Amino acid sequence: MSNVKQIVMPGDPVEVPNLKPRNGVYKCGDNAYCSQFFGILQESEQFVDVVPFTGKYVPRRNDKVIGKVIEIGPSMWIVDISSTYTTLLHMNDAPWRVTSGELKRYMNVGDYVYAKILSINEIKESWITMKDVGLKKLEGGTLVSLPAPKVPRIIGKGGSMVNMIKDATHTRIMVGQNGVIWLDGAPENVIVAIGAIRKVEEEAHTVGLTDRVKKYLEDKKGEIVGNSE
Amino acid sequence: MPRDELDVMSEIKRNYILQKIKKDGLRADGRKLDEMRKVVIQTNFIPRASGSAVVTLGRTKVVCGIKIEAGEPFPDTPNQGVLTTNVELLPMAFPTFEAGPPSEDSIEIARVVDRGIRESKMIDLQKLVVEPAKQVWIVFIDIDVIDYDGNLIDACTIAAVSALATAVVPASTIGQKDFPLPITCKPASVTMMKIDNVVIVDPDLEEEQIASARLTVTMAEDGHLKAMQKGEPGFFTLEEIQKAIKTSSDVGSQIRSNYPK
Amino acid sequence: MGTASDKKLFDENGLRLDGRSPGDLRPIRIETDVLNRADGSAFIEWGGNKIQVAVYGPREAYPRHMQDINQAFVRARYNMAAFSVDERKRPGPDRRSMEISKVISEALQAAIMVELFPRAQIDVFIEVLQADAGTRIAGLTASAVALAAAGVPMRDLVVGCTAGKVDGKVVLDLSKEEDNFGQADLPIAIMPKSGKVVLMQMDGDLSVDEFNEATSMIFKATERINQIQRDALKKNYANTAQDWGE
Repeated sequence: MSNVKQIVMPGDPVEVPNLKPRNGVYKCGDNAYCSQFFGILQESEQFVDVVPFTGKYVPRRNDKVIGKVIEIGPSMWIVDISSTYTTLLHMNDAPWRVTSGELKRYMNVGDYVYAKILSINEIKESWITMKDVGLKKLEGGTLVSLPAPKVPRIIGKGGSMVNMIKDATHTRIMVGQNGVIWLDGAPENVIVAIGAIRKVEEEAHTVGLTDRVKKYLEDKKGEIVGNSE
Repeated sequence: MPRDELDVMSEIKRNYILQKIKKDGLRADGRKLDEMRKVVIQTNFIPRASGSAVVTLGRTKVVCGIKIEAGEPFPDTPNQGVLTTNVELLPMAFPTFEAGPPSEDSIEIARVVDRGIRESKMIDLQKLVVEPAKQVWIVFIDIDVIDYDGNLIDACTIAAVSALATAVVPASTIGQKDFPLPITCKPASVTMMKIDNVVIVDPDLEEEQIASARLTVTMAEDGHLKAMQKGEPGFFTLEEIQKAIKTSSDVGSQIRSNYPK
Repeated sequence: MGTASDKKLFDENGLRLDGRSPGDLRPIRIETDVLNRADGSAFIEWGGNKIQVAVYGPREAYPRHMQDINQAFVRARYNMAAFSVDERKRPGPDRRSMEISKVISEALQAAIMVELFPRAQIDVFIEVLQADAGTRIAGLTASAVALAAAGVPMRDLVVGCTAGKVDGKVVLDLSKEEDNFGQADLPIAIMPKSGKVVLMQMDGDLSVDEFNEATSMIFKATERINQIQRDALKKNYANTAQDWGE
């Protein structure tokens, strides 16, 4: 791709020859579509989407997210996933044999969980599950968060960006689709990794980001402790 | 962008902050224990006010406007101007701040800021008398908190002192000549909090959430104590307080170097 | 509204006290993303107006009885700082600010795709730091920018302007002095793409011809103000990536 992406505002017509408008648009005339967002036009195969620069996470089925327990009921945990709505984790979807009323023994308010979106209904109530490979309660490490629309940039093409940060800083990193990121490693290294993530967040929309993050990590090489995990 | 919107502090973050402070003597953002965040002061932001300042302290942002109006003195102080301080914790500053009458928090902040200014005699109130017992100048300090990331007391004091230092008494409104608000000194408050027996300066919001006790010490250039306030349910030992006073004196002069001349 | 006064509001060349022609706007400047905590924010200077706007949401509506299972509700809160006007204003809402909050909420609700967010609310906080006539329109114009900057889905932006009558003459974008002595005041806000009017208030005295003259001035001005909104949003994304996303 050689041309700079087109920025659109809410209400701007979305017209790209031969491409069908898909996400982030609404019908604003008989055969016309307009943008819902302040963002950019993104083309993929036969579709064109408007991708917002920022905004709340919108849950999609099977997304893996990192959430924080904020309330506990008799049979479910209420979890904040940095979305408009909180989500629910039923005790039967937890990896433990939980008895009703005993949920606190497994996860308490303030605990973080890596989980998967199970379902969403019409009024935007959603449920998550911990029953899948790699899903778990998070222990240790630290957390940072950024707007969900920037997650694809943190991950990079085929995971290239996050892997580069992981390798350079010897840090374990898990990225939730909702923009919450968990990191674990030596504190010095985690600070450098967070710095790299903040750089991606601030410059997510700019050209040549990979090279600049690479340079940042090289400049910080002296602050990294340990050669391998 | 919002981070950790809820007041619930996660165990993971708490442990991370604690571990860094205990092990490395450093804060989660890399600051030393007695290091303030960056202070930026912009005065005369509200030309319509008699004096004003926008202050950012790290990611905390407040706007102070001074209004000076002619009015009646209090009956027990007929030969003095009047000083009042008000702080608004605007709902735009934080997801859980509510509109409505002043909260306990905003009243405490306003009163601590007010005491530092009043007790240091920063404003020479005796020079604010138009006609004894009849007409004096009333100095209203109003502070809007618009972005909250911890340590409002110091952010508000810096804003109030900076705005007052550049304020002009609008005496032309009563047929006299405008004159600069008479200032005798520039107090600086330094707020410290205790996290697991370690005392840190200028807490950010995450640190406030896990700290047990707060201490604010306000001093002027003369190195004397002008106001103090201990807050939150935890405690300080006398040694900790003595050390905090020393810290406040050092950090206070750094703050003062940022004040407008 | 004042009445035609002794105060001269035009000079011998027909220019206004601040040197503007009847159809001229005051200088307008908008900045986005100026606050950290809010989901979106904008700061507007319009003449001597200085207004800070912050957006939170969409977030689950609270208290729960306020939840509408069909759509989000929009709650704007217009507030004037104590130091924003000549004589110190007592902090807190009054009848005027509550009415303004209501009409701004309704204007924004028309543009926001509230149907995408059942049970939610969207808060728009408008803090007038310095008032210089036309605060509701300036606040609303900045609110639309802050909402877009927050990534809230909208049908369109919202942009407004005020016209009024001064010394029997229709003029655009009243200054504070003109507002005090003017004979009519007409704030209007529209969705710029469709021209749909989402806010209109009027007080004073206008003939039908004067109203038509005023609206045509306002509609023309909104094109320029809309461009300022768009430029403000774009400014932070000047070098948009060739390779955003996957």
